[in-house]
Amino acid sequence: MKDPKKKRDVIVAAHGGGGEMTKRLLESRILPGITNPALAPLTDGAVLDLPPGRLVVSTDAHVIRPIEFPGGDIGRLAVCGTVNDVAMMGARPLALALALVLEEGLDLAVLERIMRSVAESAEEAGVSIVTGDTKVVEKGHGDGIYITTTGVGVVAPGVSLDAARIRRGDVLIVNGSIAEHGLAIMAARERLGIQSSLKSDVAPLGGLVQRMLETRADVKFLRDPTRGGIAGVVADLAETTGLTVEVREADVPVSPNARHAAEALGLDPLTVANEGKLVAVVPQGDAERVLAACREFEHGRDAAVIGRLVEAELPLAELVTRIGGRRIIQRPSGAELPRIC
Amino acid sequence: MNEACKPLVDRINAAVDSSDGRIAIMEVCGTHTVSLFRSGVRSVLPRGLKMVSGPGCPVCVTTQGYLDVACGLAGREDVIVATYGDMVRVPGTDTSLARQKALGARVEVVYSAREALKIAAANPTSETVFLAVGFETTSPATAATVMEADRAGVTNFSILGGHKYVIPALEALCSNGRTGISGFMLPGHVSAILGTEAYRPVVERFGVPCVVTGFEPRGMLEGIARVAEYVARGEARLDNAYPAVVRSSGNETALAWLAEVFVPCDEEWRALGMIEKSGLALRGEYRRFDAREKLGVQIVPGGEPEGCRCGEVIQGLIDPPECGLFGAGCTPEGPVGPCMVSSEGACAAWHKYGGAG
Repeated sequence: MKDPKKKRDVIVAAHGGGGEMTKRLLESRILPGITNPALAPLTDGAVLDLPPGRLVVSTDAHVIRPIEFPGGDIGRLAVCGTVNDVAMMGARPLALALALVLEEGLDLAVLERIMRSVAESAEEAGVSIVTGDTKVVEKGHGDGIYITTTGVGVVAPGVSLDAARIRRGDVLIVNGSIAEHGLAIMAARERLGIQSSLKSDVAPLGGLVQRMLETRADVKFLRDPTRGGIAGVVADLAETTGLTVEVREADVPVSPNARHAAEALGLDPLTVANEGKLVAVVPQGDAERVLAACREFEHGRDAAVIGRLVEAELPLAELVTRIGGRRIIQRPSGAELPRIC
Repeated sequence: MNEACKPLVDRINAAVDSSDGRIAIMEVCGTHTVSLFRSGVRSVLPRGLKMVSGPGCPVCVTTQGYLDVACGLAGREDVIVATYGDMVRVPGTDTSLARQKALGARVEVVYSAREALKIAAANPTSETVFLAVGFETTSPATAATVMEADRAGVTNFSILGGHKYVIPALEALCSNGRTGISGFMLPGHVSAILGTEAYRPVVERFGVPCVVTGFEPRGMLEGIARVAEYVARGEARLDNAYPAVVRSSGNETALAWLAEVFVPCDEEWRALGMIEKSGLALRGEYRRFDAREKLGVQIVPGGEPEGCRCGEVIQGLIDPPECGLFGAGCTPEGPVGPCMVSSEGACAAWHKYGGAG
């Protein structure tokens, strides 16, 4: 006979009531692993002492499906996504606020796994979770778990990213192989029946960005190619600068697995989401230095120069294809793939 | 341009020069349209070589009437519509599948007919209708799925038939007076099913060179070079530039499945009108899987949205930018006609890769 004590522990409505059950849920499943002096008092907010410099704040909601996927899960994504947004502003990420919306019926073992992942990712990224919130919604109204993270960081004095400084001749650098996150998610949505060893590239880039800035290279622009992929970033860059962005297909790092999966799915790797990549614009003379800085990191090993800014009548993003032909890189329409991050 | 491609482009140049400076080739298949752009092959072709889009985009040649019936079925409480993703955003007369879905209809995007059958199995109290659209590359899979459903005695699955044969459309285009098309680049994957010999009647009847071509940049340049050379020499030849995948007799298993489940019927194509024996109707005992009979719906062809020139695009009569709505009233985000929505649509490809308007 089934032992009633062994039934699956799940989230129930009372967990969101703010009372004793909420407290117990926090203590047993949410706080372990992420607790720190700022968070411990569990007051309404966190007081932080920040180093000198300008404050950056960024926020993201995470609704990815499936919540656990090859290479990561929604917890890791929630930490790295916001850490990376802060880093793209040229700031050192310092702290995160974490809001959970849990659906009744969510397996507590799953919640624990996600929170462990949050804790590990936060440690890897060098950030603390300093405040948070937990709500519960009725079954059928929440799809398991949604996570919103808000991150703060500080731009050190003397650091200033400004796309207005971008000039003809500047080059574009990407820190490694593209398209892996989006393709791994598509493959994991098993309905496709494609066997794949693809893993999401989700990773925190705060350290890598700091290293790049430390080289004193003139880093003018940073953007993480999440939804919309590299195509979205270069299309934005062309619009912002009024120049033509020329990307060389042969120089863009794409792993053979990713290439095959993209072909099988009829997707252009340039349009697929990444969660551990950045695009940097630096003067050509600074490229070597920046590449060397990237290559000091696991997720910067395959860093490469993928293109450059050129003068043009019309601002557009253009791909020089493998055969030496040319075609436009358009900002993707957005219908390509839902719930990718 | 890279080394390996230069000799191919030189051959194309030479052929164009000895043809009074102008050759027009129809790329029948939507995947070719996209691949030619994406790979940059279009940009290395000489000015005198014009590549013209054809009717090989399944969603683009599906009538408004079919889509309206699909939207109507989606609106029914007890029906789940299973469809390839492309159909979802195509505007019907009043609505679209995407809009129906947003209003609560069950519309499921699937990547195969088989997935649609799995949805039926998982939802025994609903009728799952699969929008069976596509040419010879996809119709065999639908046939196999219908056979599987038949074997398993499934009673809550049906297909809204929209599959078509490519060759009758080519013949219709050739009969209409081809608007200066000198030769055809034939679709690689459709030909893998049909075999090259299936095109022999087209070549002989209309005296046009036809070359079966793959989708890699060098393969496409080779295919184009051969068509151009045959045009220059006045040779109506049938050739295969994709022998790794395509044989003269095709895929006999797939063809057997088609023969088992379907029978050719007269079919309405968007803009091309009624083409005899160009559609696939369920035959014999498989008719119980016909959604029209089962659910009591009829497809009436329907009209074209105002200002939409998709019909001329798929016949190769105009290039997408010549349509007044291109990039203005009709964009991928707010499409008027199917050619701007479909991933294989010529208008979508021109918009995405060729620079808007």
